[in-house]
Amino acid sequence: MPFEPALFLQASFWSDLSQLVSPAVGETLYMVIVSTILAYLIGLPLGVVLVVTSPGHILPNPWVERTLGTLINILRSAPFIILLVAFIPFTRALVGTSIGTTAAIVPLVISAAPFVARVVESSLKEVPYGVIEAALSMGASPLQIIQKVLLPEAKASLILGVAITTISVIGYTAMAGAVGGGGLGDLAIQYGYNRFRTDIMIVTVVILVVIVQGLQSLGTALARKLSH
Amino acid sequence: MIQIKQLVKKYSSRQETVIAIDDVSLHISKGAIFGIIGLSGAGKSTLVRCLNLLEKPTSGQIVIAGQNLTTLSGRALREARQKIGMIFQHFYLLQSRSVAENIAFPLEISGLSKKEIKLRVEELLHLVGLQDKADAYPSQLSGGQKQRVGIARALATQPEVLLCDEATSALDPQTTLSILNLLRDINQKLGLTIVMITHEMKVVKEICTHVAVIHQARIVENGPVESVFIQPQSDIAKEFIATVFPSELPSDLLKEFATHHDSEIIRIQFLGSRASDPIITDLLRTCEVRANILYGSIDHLRSTLFGTLTLELQGNSDQLNVAHRYLASRELKVEVIQRAL
Repeated sequence: MPFEPALFLQASFWSDLSQLVSPAVGETLYMVIVSTILAYLIGLPLGVVLVVTSPGHILPNPWVERTLGTLINILRSAPFIILLVAFIPFTRALVGTSIGTTAAIVPLVISAAPFVARVVESSLKEVPYGVIEAALSMGASPLQIIQKVLLPEAKASLILGVAITTISVIGYTAMAGAVGGGGLGDLAIQYGYNRFRTDIMIVTVVILVVIVQGLQSLGTALARKLSH
Repeated sequence: MIQIKQLVKKYSSRQETVIAIDDVSLHISKGAIFGIIGLSGAGKSTLVRCLNLLEKPTSGQIVIAGQNLTTLSGRALREARQKIGMIFQHFYLLQSRSVAENIAFPLEISGLSKKEIKLRVEELLHLVGLQDKADAYPSQLSGGQKQRVGIARALATQPEVLLCDEATSALDPQTTLSILNLLRDINQKLGLTIVMITHEMKVVKEICTHVAVIHQARIVENGPVESVFIQPQSDIAKEFIATVFPSELPSDLLKEFATHHDSEIIRIQFLGSRASDPIITDLLRTCEVRANILYGSIDHLRSTLFGTLTLELQGNSDQLNVAHRYLASRELKVEVIQRAL
């Protein structure tokens, strides 16, 4: 087939848009939202533990801090595509299958949770220790300090962390295609790259840019609104 | 109210051991405004932080209102801390909470109901004069206002003791005075015992009833403010007093006076009603000496007058002795700075 650069929009473009692109958008959003939520359910407490067990903090415990830190570093240093394959048996045991969008969520969470723990850790470390000490002097318990001081004081920074995490999860979902996870990244590779569908490629990239841009703006605006 | 018994605090690292508090014992009575003054690094901050166990003492005891804090931990310690308010140099307010919510914080910690909290916060806002700032956030307040919030927050749980860790050191002189006045009012109104850590003798002079001077981890001077100001024992205390009542004469002047004959330079200090007596006139009338006034000052020490007067007295040694006896009979503290006979 001769290459026709003039023909940018192929005849099937509009039907492809509804049949290929819109389900891919749905798959991406599903993977991103569910993985980010689950990653926070695991990562947020881990981040809190990392901070409060650090030396000189409210519950210093070098053993817990070091063990958890090492575990997080190991998971974070493994490339996502390796985690994706390495955790196939675990995924199958957990969700019954190792193929498909839901199956892709498992390695996404495993990869994002340690990232979240570190992002949360750095947000919470921004809270001046003097404020925590003031709460201690008023007789606050460690749990009260976490709930009433650490998390609320770091709120704006935590929100920015959610934006950063969500955006990097979007990046990881592009690799979910390797286990048949679908999504925009997969579509860009399957159609845009392998089948030379430049139009599909551009549309997926534009959609991704809009999602990322929108998330970042939303995060920034929320953070600004929350900081006094 | 507060008993500090043989308190020692050491910081150990692999290389060395630093002794921050070296065998300090103090008794602070109820209703006192007790100043603890020292240079930076003297150990004063560590000392006040030991009082509510923010720093765990290496050895010794802290007894507040009859309760030995050093034996407490966990819940019992947290409950004891609710009875000890603390304010800080950098205020340490919660940035994400409004003024009213900041004051409500310790009340939430102690488990009061929403309704009780609202009433108490109202009262406290009134006490510190911030009724119109209830809904403002700390970032919208001036330093003095922030410290007022800090004070209201520290008093929320009706403590018997208020610890002030350099509470006015980040404030300008005018604001410092207004905060000190507020603390004095509270002390009188509520009978609160206040412990003030500071490096400024001005603060001690303004409101303290008692003062202890800490130097190189030890208490070197301790007593009622008047007696420490009149009769300081340690060099460091003298230096601190000189920062608010400068009395050093220029050395050139002293050299010049040293060449005089039959003269001496004396410093007279007087307190309270003595400050309004016409001493000089009486001195010159009673004794056959001549006086040359070199320096004089009169100021408040808390609410009593405190003055110093530096004179050159001229006369032979007999006449000077008579003058000294006269001054002694008036119960004035006289110090001979230089004598040239």
